[in-house]
Amino acid sequence: MPSHDVLIIGAGLAGQRAALAAAETGASVAIMSKVHPVRSHSVAAAGGINAAISVDDDWRSHAYDTVKGSDFLGDQDAIEIMCSEAPKEVMDLEHMGVTFHRNEDGELDLRAFGGASMKRTAYVADITGQALLHVLYEQLMKHHETVERYEEWFTTSLLQDEDGRCCGVVARDVRTGRMEVLKAKNVILACGGAGQAYKPTTNGLIVTGDGIAMAYRAGAPLMDMEMVQYHPTCLVETGILITEGARGEGAHLLNAEGERFMEKSAPNKMELASRDVVSRAEQIEINEGRGVGPGGSGIFLDVTVVPRKRTLEALREIVNIGKDFAGVDITREPIMIRPGQHYIMGGVKTDVDGATSVEGLYAAGEVACVSVHGGNRLGANSLLDTLIFGRRAGEHAAARAAHMSSPSFDAGTQLRRDESELEAIIARSRDGRRVSEIKNELGETMNKHAAVFRDEAGLQGALETIGRLKEETAKAWIDDRGTVFNQDVLGALELGYMVDCAEATVLAAIERKESRGAQYRTDFPERNDEEWLKHIDISRGKDGPEISYSPVTITQWQPEERKY
Amino acid sequence: MPAEAHDRPAEQFNLRLRRYDPESGEAPYWDEHTIELEPHRSVLEAILQAKDRFDGSIGVRCSCRQAICGSCGVRVNGEPALACHTHLDAAKASAKDGVIEVEPMGNMPVLKDLIVDMDAVHWKKIQRVTPWLIAKQPVPEREYLVGKENMVDITQSMACIQCGACVSDCLAMEVDPGFIGPAALAKAYRFVGDPRDDQQDIRLKDLAEDPQGIFDCTHCFKCVEACPKDVNPMGQIMRLRRIAIDDQKIVDKNNGERHEAAFTTLVKDYGLLHEAELLPRSYGGNSWFGKFHPAAGKELLSSLPVVLKGLLRGKVNPKLALFGHKLPAADLKQVQRIYDTVEGREQRYELNLYITGYDEVEETPVPGGATSTNGGVSPAATTASGGGESPPAAPETEGSAS
Repeated sequence: MPSHDVLIIGAGLAGQRAALAAAETGASVAIMSKVHPVRSHSVAAAGGINAAISVDDDWRSHAYDTVKGSDFLGDQDAIEIMCSEAPKEVMDLEHMGVTFHRNEDGELDLRAFGGASMKRTAYVADITGQALLHVLYEQLMKHHETVERYEEWFTTSLLQDEDGRCCGVVARDVRTGRMEVLKAKNVILACGGAGQAYKPTTNGLIVTGDGIAMAYRAGAPLMDMEMVQYHPTCLVETGILITEGARGEGAHLLNAEGERFMEKSAPNKMELASRDVVSRAEQIEINEGRGVGPGGSGIFLDVTVVPRKRTLEALREIVNIGKDFAGVDITREPIMIRPGQHYIMGGVKTDVDGATSVEGLYAAGEVACVSVHGGNRLGANSLLDTLIFGRRAGEHAAARAAHMSSPSFDAGTQLRRDESELEAIIARSRDGRRVSEIKNELGETMNKHAAVFRDEAGLQGALETIGRLKEETAKAWIDDRGTVFNQDVLGALELGYMVDCAEATVLAAIERKESRGAQYRTDFPERNDEEWLKHIDISRGKDGPEISYSPVTITQWQPEERKY
Repeated sequence: MPAEAHDRPAEQFNLRLRRYDPESGEAPYWDEHTIELEPHRSVLEAILQAKDRFDGSIGVRCSCRQAICGSCGVRVNGEPALACHTHLDAAKASAKDGVIEVEPMGNMPVLKDLIVDMDAVHWKKIQRVTPWLIAKQPVPEREYLVGKENMVDITQSMACIQCGACVSDCLAMEVDPGFIGPAALAKAYRFVGDPRDDQQDIRLKDLAEDPQGIFDCTHCFKCVEACPKDVNPMGQIMRLRRIAIDDQKIVDKNNGERHEAAFTTLVKDYGLLHEAELLPRSYGGNSWFGKFHPAAGKELLSSLPVVLKGLLRGKVNPKLALFGHKLPAADLKQVQRIYDTVEGREQRYELNLYITGYDEVEETPVPGGATSTNGGVSPAATTASGGGESPPAAPETEGSAS
């Protein structure tokens, strides 16, 4: 049975960064992913990565912008760590080979991004995530002797010993269908968010909340799950993302009257206010009948105001997206967009080293909630989050492993349980619903009731629906009876993960009776620091989810009114 | 306008999927489904609808749905493509009987249905080119200072999403499975073109001396057409050749450098290729006397069966091949003027889709990157070594030793 000091689940930016950091200490490291690492959804991050590297910038300014962006729900100790370590991290990546674009002097060029008080976003055209991910994978190929890779392996559950310590996983080799136990002194979850619980979403089909749900089931609390980011610029039909880099380069948002409506809600930052603010402003225009396109369901993003050469050189990917997925040449005409589900600020609650409350279990990246994003994440802070806390989790887990003996426990029971669970799904009779039907209903429910604007009645209705979907999921049937690449049976497991994540999100959104960051309650439209300047934690109890609170860490910035 | 694009009603499309179940012991077969979607939706969405509604066992890798994760490389109506990047109306139009045919990619073993074994071919070839930066020492405290245009330049090969579409259709690889191939060589350019890399010369020497390296490419343009991200792999291979030959002065044992020199000299002298002279000059020396060198004779003898086969099948016109094409003097002069212009430049112009070379004047033609969907080369150009903006230039003749 394979055994490692550090086993990482998920091979996007957080996972790969963790693997490299752990391997550097000499620990035995393995990284496992249900898809080939370069398919991980970090690849779709477009705009860039924030770091105060300019000589006239200061990490404290970056930290303050992040705190303000979070609507003061972010933990300031964690934000200080992220922002102060950012410049070195970006330089380390540059040295590894990331092809960051340069200014005329040959230094890293920086672009403007939402909610930032100055230009501090380093970028590679508008394929920054892809460039970072592929360069990290270059490093994994380089270090193939010290980092073992399990590519296209699906984790079915986390293993715990009698004392509840995490000591490995059960996983299925997707290619052969073989199930295996992998022992590990430490497991790092780095398998992303749960965007597919929404429909539409900017997230890829693989982003199904696996890590969030597995940690929750293992007893780790989830935090800030109500905080779901809607990105202001997604294609109306498919939800495909148009990078914030477009507005960073100067693009305008226009309503049906041709008006730059951001004047009303963010007279200073205009289109570059934080994402929650811009998405709300757009939704108000749409709701009040000033939207564009069929049914007035969209807003115009006008990139034609950006110099054409600049657009072709720095926003090439969205030129292609416009052409291929909306039939629009964005260099010549505005493109119709609207807010769309993009990111979950919440996740598995961790400390600043990525440790969860389950011993031996770490989490980093979107799966985790440190919490550096609080109520709303700033654009170009997620890549930073994955790298900083991926690295820290890798280092910390490796250090912990150094003075530990190999875990000893009976893994056979859990292996057999997982094997028979999958066999049972494959053998289910066709008297329930199809997995795909349930997934659709879940996504539409979440997008309707747990979106930009929320209220008690809608959320309670959503909770009821999710309860029913949970029961249906337990009986959902599939077609594929095979073992080789049985994506169908894995889809049934993913559906279970998504339902758990959705339930936590809706419960937390019902609980938070105020409006802060991405959570806007039309029935509680004000921010209420007196009662709600605290995190909502959700843990799995005997009879279902249990809610508790934890304090927000404030170091140097007291809550104040948020204006852009 | 976008409004029109979103207004089109759903239509029925017929889909014919190549299925293969490795566990059944049976041969691959075709499986048909009728789906309903708006015509500007993608082939991937159609496959997913079939999977969701009719048969969840259809195997296809996919994730992002926006042509960035590189998972869904397949062949649509015989041509390599990303399923998510191919519109249904276009796919229907190119289908031979109105039914959209989707098959797994070529040149790689099929694992199940539309899923191929990329590790066995694609990733193995990527490993071959030492796919990581070998950074110049000492490592600076802050960033390496490099030219603005250099980074934009290698962004084109960095934009490769490793989907395998070019590998699927590489003709050279079909004949010689050991050929390093378009994707891996484009990856190699990402390091050779990176001023931070310390081993440009070693990398180039290695790729030039490998008989399955840069000189194994046959210029067929298939990879250029196949690439959904306009990476232009063949163009990157030609750039590797130009840097190897012109800048690093590498004379390889595969005769790649001599062959290119003979080719360009012949076109310069005759206006068109002189087939009978090409081979002796490539092996015996780049002049009229080349044919008297023993190496030329040896190579001619060993090539005789191919030459005879060509004659028998009518692929070679004996008179033209032996005596060369005759161009009118004025036309020949025009050809030679191209040589003078290109060879007279202080710096080489290189094609790059990210560097447009000219600014946003309405009258200028739309750069290829903004309009072509098949990776057509843009009229844009830049110099290999970066520096200031370059004026627009005509695409260089491939293989020209400028």
